[in-house]
Amino acid sequence: MQIEERKKIGYYPGCAITMGSSSEEYGTSVLRVSEEIGPELEEIHDWNCCGASSAHATNHKLSTALSIRNISLAEQSGYKEILAPCPMCSQRLIISQKDVADDEELKKDVEDAIEMPCDGDVKIINYLELIKNYCMDEIAEKKKKTPKDLKIASYYGCLLVRPPKVLNFDDPENPQSMDEIVEAIGAIPVDWEFKTNCCGGGFTLSRTDVVLKLTNDILECAADAGADAIAVACPMCHANLDMRQKKIGKEYKRKYDIPIVYISELIGLALDLGPISLGLNKHFIDTKSVVNAFA
Amino acid sequence: MGKKIGVFVCHCGTNISATVDVEKVAEEAKKNNPGVAYTTTYKYMCSDPGQKLLRDKIKEEGLDGVVVAACSPKMHEHTFRNAAVKTGLNPYHVEISNLREQCSWVHPDKPTGTEKSIDLVRMMTEKTRKDRSLTPIKVPVTKRALVIGGGIAGIQAALDIADGGHEVIMVEREASIGGHMAQLSETFPTLDCSQCIMTPKMVELAQHDNIKLYTWSEIEAVDGYIGNFDVKIRKKARSVDLDLCTGCSSCWQVCPCKKIKSEFDMGLGNRTAIYIPFPQAIPSKPVIDRENCILFKDARKKNIPPNDSKVCRKCIDACPIAPVKAIDYSQEDEIVTEKVGAIIVATGFKELDDTSMYGEYGGGKYKDVITGLQFERLASASGPTEGKIERPSDGKEPEIVVFIQCVGSRDPAKGCSYCSKTCCMYTAKHTMLYKHKVHDGHAFVFYIDIRCAGKDYEEFSQRAIEEEGATYLRGRVSRIYKKGDKLVVLGADTLTGSVVEIEADMVVLASAMKAQDDAEKFAQKLSIQYNKDKFFSEMHPKLKPVESSSAAILLAGTCQGPKDIPETVAQAGAAASKVLALLSADELEREPVVAKVDRLPPPVFSTCIGCFYCQRVCPYGAIEEEDIKARDGSVIKTVARVNEGLCQGCGLCAATCRSKSVELAGFNDEQVYAEINSVEFN
Repeated sequence: MQIEERKKIGYYPGCAITMGSSSEEYGTSVLRVSEEIGPELEEIHDWNCCGASSAHATNHKLSTALSIRNISLAEQSGYKEILAPCPMCSQRLIISQKDVADDEELKKDVEDAIEMPCDGDVKIINYLELIKNYCMDEIAEKKKKTPKDLKIASYYGCLLVRPPKVLNFDDPENPQSMDEIVEAIGAIPVDWEFKTNCCGGGFTLSRTDVVLKLTNDILECAADAGADAIAVACPMCHANLDMRQKKIGKEYKRKYDIPIVYISELIGLALDLGPISLGLNKHFIDTKSVVNAFA
Repeated sequence: MGKKIGVFVCHCGTNISATVDVEKVAEEAKKNNPGVAYTTTYKYMCSDPGQKLLRDKIKEEGLDGVVVAACSPKMHEHTFRNAAVKTGLNPYHVEISNLREQCSWVHPDKPTGTEKSIDLVRMMTEKTRKDRSLTPIKVPVTKRALVIGGGIAGIQAALDIADGGHEVIMVEREASIGGHMAQLSETFPTLDCSQCIMTPKMVELAQHDNIKLYTWSEIEAVDGYIGNFDVKIRKKARSVDLDLCTGCSSCWQVCPCKKIKSEFDMGLGNRTAIYIPFPQAIPSKPVIDRENCILFKDARKKNIPPNDSKVCRKCIDACPIAPVKAIDYSQEDEIVTEKVGAIIVATGFKELDDTSMYGEYGGGKYKDVITGLQFERLASASGPTEGKIERPSDGKEPEIVVFIQCVGSRDPAKGCSYCSKTCCMYTAKHTMLYKHKVHDGHAFVFYIDIRCAGKDYEEFSQRAIEEEGATYLRGRVSRIYKKGDKLVVLGADTLTGSVVEIEADMVVLASAMKAQDDAEKFAQKLSIQYNKDKFFSEMHPKLKPVESSSAAILLAGTCQGPKDIPETVAQAGAAASKVLALLSADELEREPVVAKVDRLPPPVFSTCIGCFYCQRVCPYGAIEEEDIKARDGSVIKTVARVNEGLCQGCGLCAATCRSKSVELAGFNDEQVYAEINSVEFN
């Protein structure tokens, strides 16, 4: 028998999903699932902001340095891979890595700023990649519960697959990786059109009207496709879709009540982990219907 | 004693003189160059006064070597050599020093340009000193032409050559000639029906005494050279005897396989397994599609000869020809060889029909997102709907149709950076055809630019907008998705800066014109060059637009690049006229710049050691093996020999030869070393 070494992967939570923040249920469920089926995740010591949101829009060098510091820290701890479950983080880290590789001068400035070298080739992966690369067999093996007729619309949002030239992950127009995971846990992936449409992202506070329209389009399409719930892998998508369904309903005269669940939570339910330990009690839209489907 | 060389430096208007001090180049050419007897400069050496200057000075100064420092030899080497011939000088004592493409155009400043020019001229002077007289090689001509491809380009070219009195062999790989033009409904900018102008030409071709037609046939191999090609043609098994068959239609009426997607109707209609592609096909005789015929399927499954299968024999039973039926299940591919003197390649294009690469437009999963050619079939009176505009999913007449231009064209992200040239016009045409048939319908067009350059073209597209009421929106479509039985088209209108959302019943993609799938392989078969998009390359983009990179192989139509019908017909005519000129001579002359393997007196015979490395590197298959025999017939040694007819003078063999036995005429080692050694390295 071949003895497989359990791989330790550097875990970069980022601000949104770390303990005590707005989307902590994503982080909690990711860690809880990895405890069960691996691979072992180890939080990168002394990590900092990835440079998303304001930094990358205002100061390219600063945002790059912020990202690269995290990568260099991981490199020094000997990790070959970093898991950044938040796609804003994974995208920022990957783009910064590319920017530094393409620009000698920038690399030098960044190294001076963070007082660390950044030469290694640490691979940054998102959560879907982690599951696809390490956990598909484990899920099949350790799955305890199969949901009954649970139709899931996999929503990838924009950041997981774009820009395709840099991220090089899945089909940017019709990605499949999350659908395959949904299928692996025994739920039914629905074929729908809005997998990668914009949820409004950071405009959630400044241009709520725009976000309402965009999220309504997504919810409408998923509902029309017969989805019982929408699976996500991004805290921003989750917030926009989960938080405002009431308001959307009022604005567009349609009641949705569609649970928005993290893909990690779904995997956890299939592994028969407690819903509360997965954070399923922390959603705006009640997730009872999803939990019950696994009963 | 050495030669008397004249150096003529051309200004090329300001093309050269702007970045090269031509006077200084002329002056320096004389300095330290005892062989240079005369130097001068002139504004346009290629013009009549320029050529006269060259001729006069050759005579006056008694020059026996000439260096013209001007543009690329590809451009005017021929011009200046011809001028020299008129004075009695052997043309191969005239050399070109390329000061334009390889110097003035690529260097920004005068000192660098001038210095390099001085070197280039000195190099060529040294080579000229060692030039020898060469005599053109004469080759006989087979006075027949081959036309590959039976679309409008091939048909036009074949008719022009045949009318000129020469025999033409036409090879078409489909069951009928006609190509894409036969599929079109109406043609821009006059809206006359394609069939009405196309089918008479097809008939004319079929009935022409000088034209021999091979349909359902492909080119297997092309050997030989200018004036003397041997062409192997694979006559694919048609399963129908063309001589016996009368095209009575009995067989395809009884064929039980009725649900095969018709290629001619772009998958919108069905055909049978024994079929003619369309009613006006030429020859109007069927072919059996062996992939889909249940008899052949059964025979393959049981691994028995098709004739032994008893699954279905309806077509042969229905065939009224007696005593021998016109249908023959046991027919096999046949290879025939034809000798021709010149070849016209008119293999056409392929529409981008793989829309799966456009995930944002549904990736090919929506039935009502169709391509341009599919719309042509919908609008065509001979199409699957008999010209009624009905959307493929449910046959409903679409009230709103969105046309998207540049799908697969001008899209480097999808690997297609070029403009397909015809789509702006055909989309305008489509909106008109649609409006003529669905009066209350509304057509929207998303475009990047409207490129309608051509006689009466701009007026045509304006008519679509102003008179026919098509709404043109400048912007790209980001997504198409299905909502109920509608297709929601999300796009941008960049002129008003707004986002547009249209609920359409049908979407037509103006799909790009691509090279044929097997274009690359085919080009290699013919030893002709092609570009990054696999379109065949012309010899010169301006001055030799119909010549391929191989002598006596001409290009016509869209195999060379996207073009519309008028342009295709014009190019086909041009290619035909080149062929007629070739075939008008009894003998052809070709450049004597060919390689030669040395021959020496016995007992050496040749320094060639018979390793045949040259054979491996020769791209033209020009290296043959020759046995050197003693008087009694016994083989003393086997050495390489160059077939002068095939050799294109590329020099690969000479560079590869380990025993220095190969010499390329006009570029021998001595000359090349003289060039290199004359450069002063600092």
